[in-house]
Amino acid sequence: MAKRETPMVDQLESGPWPSFVDDLKRQSDYRHQNPDNINYQIPEDVVDDLLGVLELSYKEKEVHWKHGGIVGVFGYGGGVIGRYCDQPEMFPGVAHFHTMRVNQPNGKYYTTDFLRKICDLWDFRGSGILNMHGSTGDIIFLGTRTEQLEETFYTLTHELDQDLGGSGSNLRTPACCLGESRCEWSCYNTQEACYQLTQEYQDELHRPAFPYKFKFKFDGCPNGCVAAIARADLSVVGTWRDEIQIDQKAVQAYIGGEIPPNGGAHAGRDWGPFDIQKEVLDLCPTNCMWMEDKKLVIDNKECTRCMHCINVMPRALWPGKDKGASVLVGAKAPILDGAQMSTLLVPFISMEEPFDDLKEVIENIWDWWMEEGKNRERLGELMKRQGFQKLLEMTGLRALAQQVEEPRHNPYIFWYQDEVPGGWPVNKGDLQDFRTRHQR
Amino acid sequence: MTFVSSGYDPENPLQDRITDIGNHYYGENLPPVIKKNFGQWLWHEILEPGVLMHKAQSGDEVYTVRCGTPRLASAQYVREICDIADKHCDGHVRWTTRNNVEFMVDSKDKVEPLKQDLNSRKNEKGSYKFPVGGTGAGITNIVHTQGWIHCHTPATDASGTVKVVLDELFEEFQNMRLPAQLRISMACCLNMCGAVHCSDIALLGYHRKPPLVDDEWIDSLCELPLAVAACPTGAIKPKKKEITSERSGEQKEVKSVEINWEKCMFCGNCYTMCPSLPLADAEGDGLVIMAGGKVSNRITKPEFSKVVVAFVPNEPPRWPTLAKTVRQIVEAYSQNANKYERLGDWAARIGWERFFEKCGLEFTHHLIDDFRDPAYYTWRQTTNFKFTNEATKDYHQQKYA
Repeated sequence: MAKRETPMVDQLESGPWPSFVDDLKRQSDYRHQNPDNINYQIPEDVVDDLLGVLELSYKEKEVHWKHGGIVGVFGYGGGVIGRYCDQPEMFPGVAHFHTMRVNQPNGKYYTTDFLRKICDLWDFRGSGILNMHGSTGDIIFLGTRTEQLEETFYTLTHELDQDLGGSGSNLRTPACCLGESRCEWSCYNTQEACYQLTQEYQDELHRPAFPYKFKFKFDGCPNGCVAAIARADLSVVGTWRDEIQIDQKAVQAYIGGEIPPNGGAHAGRDWGPFDIQKEVLDLCPTNCMWMEDKKLVIDNKECTRCMHCINVMPRALWPGKDKGASVLVGAKAPILDGAQMSTLLVPFISMEEPFDDLKEVIENIWDWWMEEGKNRERLGELMKRQGFQKLLEMTGLRALAQQVEEPRHNPYIFWYQDEVPGGWPVNKGDLQDFRTRHQR
Repeated sequence: MTFVSSGYDPENPLQDRITDIGNHYYGENLPPVIKKNFGQWLWHEILEPGVLMHKAQSGDEVYTVRCGTPRLASAQYVREICDIADKHCDGHVRWTTRNNVEFMVDSKDKVEPLKQDLNSRKNEKGSYKFPVGGTGAGITNIVHTQGWIHCHTPATDASGTVKVVLDELFEEFQNMRLPAQLRISMACCLNMCGAVHCSDIALLGYHRKPPLVDDEWIDSLCELPLAVAACPTGAIKPKKKEITSERSGEQKEVKSVEINWEKCMFCGNCYTMCPSLPLADAEGDGLVIMAGGKVSNRITKPEFSKVVVAFVPNEPPRWPTLAKTVRQIVEAYSQNANKYERLGDWAARIGWERFFEKCGLEFTHHLIDDFRDPAYYTWRQTTNFKFTNEATKDYHQQKYA
């Protein structure tokens, strides 16, 4: 039995959705009963006290955690978030309640052997409470004491062959969708790209040297299951340059009602028989497809690869064969100057191993941002402050109409001196020359 | 509780130190059928809510059963997932980007026993442990942040608000009867660890009162310049103040800071840098509801969520106003949008003025953007608008009736 009364929190045990309260209580019982004879390294009643703090917050409608302070493991500036309770006498079990971020395997596939080791380690050295997973993608170890941080890290690295993730002003743990492992639409191996870049930039991930956080996210296609465009400073989104692949027989099968549209995603309601005109052709944002002699025709050069037709008819249409990715940069949540979505920088980049072109883009951007970025300024904000032209200059890329929704609304062009014949009027001679033509 | 060393020697931290090894290689963890058909998948189909089949060029099929989980999970819960994966899936399992867990099997006859096993596991008080669903045109798990469980700046709880909203919308998790997928996200303050700013519906914790200043302690607990610099809007400035000491009762001058209340947007960044600037407040804190965002490029471009309800009070433990308001929005969307139309695309098509009417939500001045440059681009610069009840009244009626 949990040792504290938590009548308010207990009301979250009702309802059909999995109750975290029930689960925490089960974990509390497990710790007290200790059937596996674990020599707990932090207080046995840590879970009871966590529920107690939560009950207090539910009663008072105010939070009871303090900001972190500086805790971590030797030589790393990230991966650990300090956390203390502001009522340590009432809740000694969670007086220290630090977080560790553990870098997840890409695509979040696990063997149960590894997961059990993770669970055993965290029951032994921490609260046994986890997030599967944190917002950025890490496995989160929730709640331990300062003296257990190095011990946990030692076991992670020595016995589980596993490193921490990022926090603070460094590269945050890169994340990807499940990519080619189980999706027919992925235009490159998102997991491999994510893994190789994670390994390549370990120093940037563990030792904060940036103005602020920096995130990589790898989406395999424009459906964006890992939300790269919205959430990553560097968003890599799979795309293709050639024709959408078509199986005309399967198109007819969709039209004939033999295959449910959209992989059966709409099966819970009667939407009437499938109508290719209404559901695909008319919804195509570029109107680049039509039927001709019972064949689906696509004007591929007008297609912007939004995925709608492919999503609706997954057994008839596929992305092309000439695949790679688009690179967009600068997304962030609202703090400070409002939320930003990533902006298209590179329309197409090859995603062949070892991803050297992508690394070149990244390193050019970092050079600029580390030189010019202010404290706590995200890449997107630096882009706003110094302009897209500066980004092009620093990455050595040409301006392309694809990079904008539309051209500028004002003529306030900052011409470069070397673009204008003769350069700027700088010396006395220019003025004297002007005065030969114009009186004062 | 006796201390057990891992082998780490605090006197000599560099001894045998292993660093910079990164994560496990994903390839080690793949189920055999996934490994064999990697990059060779042909098509997929959702056989029923929560069950997917992917067909490979080789003819192989992989069946996935998806279920919701609380993101906040105990080791015992994860061990139970391991037990299920050992029993049905040869020790393999994966999580999705939205905190669902997926069990994969390599033939159809293994699906039903797995599904039954998952749906039969209940918590003591009756909630599902592993509800099967979260696919297709419905809602899936709500991604969220820490809230009152673990963060220092939250304006609300995350696990609790998510639990009540998912209880409210549980049928939509197990059915695929909405016009398109509906993605709900939750972040417990506007720093948005959860980056909810591009979700069909976003629940966002929000403070409404500026921080208190603990004048007597601030100079000993904080670096004042850091606290000043932490403010994104420049609302904090250094200030010498005359105070009566709580400790000794004496009058004294202290170095402190002053908050310009007009400039404060209640983000809590200063509290992150300085514990002497707390801003949590029972009456001030609550939630904002945003709607109409998405990250997919399908049909229309990715879109930010818009604020549609400026404030919902904190009503723990079950936040009835929050749950009811979200339900209202989902119902209106479900009844009115076209097939394949995401919530934001529906609102844009009918016009946001109509959206408020259909959802039964009040439009208030808080919903008109007044933050810097992007604000202007959200105001209406056309005579093309729709009349709804309030706007049908003429100028005089509006003002004097």
